[in-house]
Amino acid sequence: MDMKKVEDIKEMAAENDTQSDSNVKQVVDCALEAGRILLRNGGEIFRVEETITRICQHFGVEHVDIFTLSHGIFVSAENEKGDAYTKVKHIPLSGAHLGIVAEVNELSRQIAEGKVTISEAEERLREIDRIPSSPSEFQIFGGGVAAACYGFLMGANLTESVVAFCIGCFVQAWALLAKRFRLSKIVVNIAGGMLIMFLALLARRIATMSVLRLDGIIIGAIMPLIPGLAFTNAIRDIADSDFLSGTVRMMDALMVFVYIAVGVGIVLITFNNMTGGFIL
Amino acid sequence: MTTPEIVNHMLCSFVGTVSFAIIYNVPKKYYFACGITGMAGWLTYLFISSQKYMSASVASFFGALVVVLISRILTVYMKCPITVFLISGILPLVPGAGVYYTAYYIVTNQLTQASLKGIESLKIAFAIVMGIVVVVSIPRELFHLVFCRRKYRKSDEKIEAPK
Repeated sequence: MDMKKVEDIKEMAAENDTQSDSNVKQVVDCALEAGRILLRNGGEIFRVEETITRICQHFGVEHVDIFTLSHGIFVSAENEKGDAYTKVKHIPLSGAHLGIVAEVNELSRQIAEGKVTISEAEERLREIDRIPSSPSEFQIFGGGVAAACYGFLMGANLTESVVAFCIGCFVQAWALLAKRFRLSKIVVNIAGGMLIMFLALLARRIATMSVLRLDGIIIGAIMPLIPGLAFTNAIRDIADSDFLSGTVRMMDALMVFVYIAVGVGIVLITFNNMTGGFIL
Repeated sequence: MTTPEIVNHMLCSFVGTVSFAIIYNVPKKYYFACGITGMAGWLTYLFISSQKYMSASVASFFGALVVVLISRILTVYMKCPITVFLISGILPLVPGAGVYYTAYYIVTNQLTQASLKGIESLKIAFAIVMGIVVVVSIPRELFHLVFCRRKYRKSDEKIEAPK
């Protein structure tokens, strides 16, 4: 009798153990998934860490230590029973989808209010991860309008803005195409810079009645390629004293500018050598 | 500056910011707020930089100040992360053109020009950092008290959106 009781108790204890263990694992996995989605789609380091901590603590994992880089998250968590769990996740630097960031934020807010259970949260995260980007013709138009507007703000006149609009549409289309085929960043931006300069020179050749200045056109037209999100996030991370992630993102952004300039320079130098005259 | 020029600039910064919001997949309901943020920042920049003895970096500082302030107010008001407004709003101020010119001058071997442009862009970037830091260090509770008094509930106290 006694023996059986002891065995029962042992079994129960073991069951409890595994349950709480899997619980820590489940919670941390869920929180890490939320963090991964945030970081991938352009959330700042600060937000990622706060979201993970918030989710873990709400589901009863008290002690959480997080180390976040711009392309990786390290989490180590422990509940009050001493069950610990550690996980590392690598997240490649990639594009931006601020709608997803807003959704994850809303979800984490609801979790903190206690409206969402952990399995629901996992389901919601899976749905959020599948939210599509806005339609590509819409994005191409957006790229063109952005190019025209920023060209104008930087001192282009109306004709130059119209040219910048056309080039901006082409460039955004190229960027979307490259994203679909997962081309490397170097190729995308050097080719993008070459495309911009080529089209600008072409426009200048065609539009003979008015003198087009290349400055405004090019500044406008590179706007769709500019890593504005990486640059701004880098600045924000540095403002939060998160120098490591800030530097990596800043480097990522600066290299894009160098690639664009290389592309523009190649076409310009070739053109100058062919025609003999120095322009710009 | 004449009035039509100012109107043109207002329109362009508004539309430009909204089109960047489209590129970054911001949800549709925030387009207008993003546009307003960008416009306010750019107008501040324009106004300050047209004054005497004001450099581009000082103007960027005040522009960033306005952008971040409006973004924080909107964050509390519309209950969504600040990133949504901040990224599209601050883009007109970010020295994209300056950094591009720096890289371009390096590529075409005009090194004096490159260092001029490069240091200027660096100054502007730091001015923006300063602007962000100043506003971010205002405590959250103040924003909730001032702008959320009516909607203020007990539950909001614990779970504000991250900055």
